[in-house]
Amino acid sequence: MPFGNTHNNFKLNYKTDEEYPDLTKHNNHMAKVLSKEMYGKLRDKQTPTGFTLDDVIQTGVDNPGHPFIMTVGCVAGDEESYEVFKDLFDPIISDRHNGYKATDKHKTDLNFENLKGGDDLDPNYVLSSRVRTGRSIKGYALPPHNSRGERRAVEKLSVEALNSLDGEFKGKYYPLKSMTDADQEQLIADHFLFDKPISPLLLAAGMARDWPDARGIWHNENKTFLVWVNEEDHLRVIAMQKGGNMKEVFKRFCVGLQRIEEIFKKHNHGFMWNEHLGFVLTCPSNLGTGLRGGVHVKLPKLSTHAKFEEILTRLRLQKRGTGGVDTASVGGVFDISNADRIGSSEVDQVQCVVDGVKLMVEMEKKLEKDESIDSMIPAQK
Amino acid sequence: MPFGNSHNQLKMKFSSEQEYPDLSKHNNHMAKVLTPALYEKLRSKQTPSGFTLDDVIQTGVDNPGHPFIMTVGCVAGDEETYEVFKELLDPVIQDRHGGYKPTDKHKTDLNPSNLKGGDDLDANYVLSSRVRTGRSICGFCLPPHCSRGERRAVEKLSVEALGALTGDLKGKYYALKNMTEAEQQQLIDDHFLFDKPVSPLLLASGMARDWPDARGIWHNDNKTFLVWVNEEDHLRVISMQKGGNMKEVFNRFCTGLTKIEELFKNKGHAFMWNEHLGYILTCPSNLGTGLRAGVHVKLPNLSKYRQFEEILKRLRLQKRGTGGVDTAAVGGVFDISNADRLGFSEVELVQMVVDGVKLLIVMEKRLEKGQAIEDLMPAQK
Repeated sequence: MPFGNTHNNFKLNYKTDEEYPDLTKHNNHMAKVLSKEMYGKLRDKQTPTGFTLDDVIQTGVDNPGHPFIMTVGCVAGDEESYEVFKDLFDPIISDRHNGYKATDKHKTDLNFENLKGGDDLDPNYVLSSRVRTGRSIKGYALPPHNSRGERRAVEKLSVEALNSLDGEFKGKYYPLKSMTDADQEQLIADHFLFDKPISPLLLAAGMARDWPDARGIWHNENKTFLVWVNEEDHLRVIAMQKGGNMKEVFKRFCVGLQRIEEIFKKHNHGFMWNEHLGFVLTCPSNLGTGLRGGVHVKLPKLSTHAKFEEILTRLRLQKRGTGGVDTASVGGVFDISNADRIGSSEVDQVQCVVDGVKLMVEMEKKLEKDESIDSMIPAQK
Repeated sequence: MPFGNSHNQLKMKFSSEQEYPDLSKHNNHMAKVLTPALYEKLRSKQTPSGFTLDDVIQTGVDNPGHPFIMTVGCVAGDEETYEVFKELLDPVIQDRHGGYKPTDKHKTDLNPSNLKGGDDLDANYVLSSRVRTGRSICGFCLPPHCSRGERRAVEKLSVEALGALTGDLKGKYYALKNMTEAEQQQLIDDHFLFDKPVSPLLLASGMARDWPDARGIWHNDNKTFLVWVNEEDHLRVISMQKGGNMKEVFNRFCTGLTKIEELFKNKGHAFMWNEHLGYILTCPSNLGTGLRAGVHVKLPNLSKYRQFEEILKRLRLQKRGTGGVDTAAVGGVFDISNADRLGFSEVELVQMVVDGVKLLIVMEKRLEKGQAIEDLMPAQK
């Protein structure tokens, strides 16, 4: 388990051939990229906090993947991982994020006023709207690698920052380890509670160590703004509400995020961000905006249309079941969200969702009346 | 996940209090012993291969334990762990192994002719007999810590050593990662196959990394001698057969082990052993002999007798279900084995099983006839 400096140097007594993982049965981004040569080149490196190549790839070695679902197979342990191991991460990022190049610049736009429309999605179809992202706090190692001291420091800072919010953001923090039964039941009923990860993808990366120490849930009194502390990322920030007013959700999301960021900056612990990767998060799949903006929408007819998948691809959207990633849809209700994370801004991505969902609801209505939707099929965005 | 030199140094910037785990809800041997003061004293240390205090205790932090079952809550990453972290491990060993002191000496006796009797346990009651132990190979880190290169080297050495066995012990190695379906099915039918651990106790300590790389099963043609490579220990050696001839089982066990040890020594890699701890294994609970000798025995009447637990305790035996540790008995059939591991020799422990089971069967027969057994109650061994 511990692959820091000493053990890493110890391993150099063995040849690359002897240490290189067997990836013959693997299907994930890491396995596609990590050749024996690359392993040989990167194996003696470590980040300033001691994260090594084997740490980066352990989850991908332990989880060979699925023929149909391409997992990432690697994680960052700190901000510097993406730099020290760029030879591995850059091609993975490019493959995962539509050819995003090592020289590309990412645009951040959290100005909610730049979003056009989004306040009128038909609530007969759109049951709920939600925007989530992640944030990492500069100066601390990430969940696969951080110590208890670091994790607790992140919690302490986060709770200070969140407790200073007021107005519609005024709220309360519920640490996982000292939650009352009543609080727990309420958080479950609100669908806010997160539990110790069971996914082998996360467990193999070491994110569940010391559970539930320094993990918790903060939410505002209105239950429309929610923050997870020390789950898969330092922070996961979620704005949500029933109905189709994505504009309002996105506004609350942006305002809340910016308020929180100010407070962290005052403590000299801003969010990890750079102009190439945008917001730096644990999983390379969440780089850029880390944003998933989505709705639960009733599309019983459209979802059975021959071109449903194609429409989604062209609109740069993806579907999930209402239980989230890797679940099935129930009763024709789908979770529709942006497919992209990096290379387009927050506003761009939420705009895709707003425009795309609007179109799909119109298509659904046409199909209800047995009318054709061929003329409505969009061009590739 | 990686707590080697660099990350351990980094953690020193946080105070001991900030890093000390929250053990307030814990019930395991590690939690009983590891005070904040002890944590502070040991936190800066590491073994020559880079195993640190946090590595030792991670499994105990992640698995608070059970009010009724006292788990160990710590593991060794290499031979030196027991020395570098003796201030933690000595009291854990003492508590777990009936007061075994840091100054005590352990006796090894693998001479099967020293066992008296054991060839005549009533086969109407004793369905099968089995003896198992573990062995660690000097010069390689243990399963929580070893790299792929080290694990593969252990596998290579083991396969060479086992391949040199002859006569009754001649057999074949089945690597987990390229087993045919037919082989897999046969091994399942023979109850030989081991799979990736699911127990959170094992997973949290990192033993399942890189599964199934360099893991495998070797057994002799007669299917009475079996070796697991790179599961919870470098080697697990098992001798077993139907019926009650424990003497024959123990004979084969000792002969096989001694032969294997010779072969390893010839290659310059003896088994980890010292005169204080006996055989060094991953889990402190398996130190000494690492030996569990047991039978599957029918005791439907005795197991309901109100003093059953007391009888077992006095005979220095323990019961398990027929699925092994933490399983329930089925149809009145119990797995009865020695409770001790350290402070008694192999011969002594198997003698206890042989003598104890003989007595238990006498008791069972009495109870079948509705007769009393109070006069048969043994004294505390």
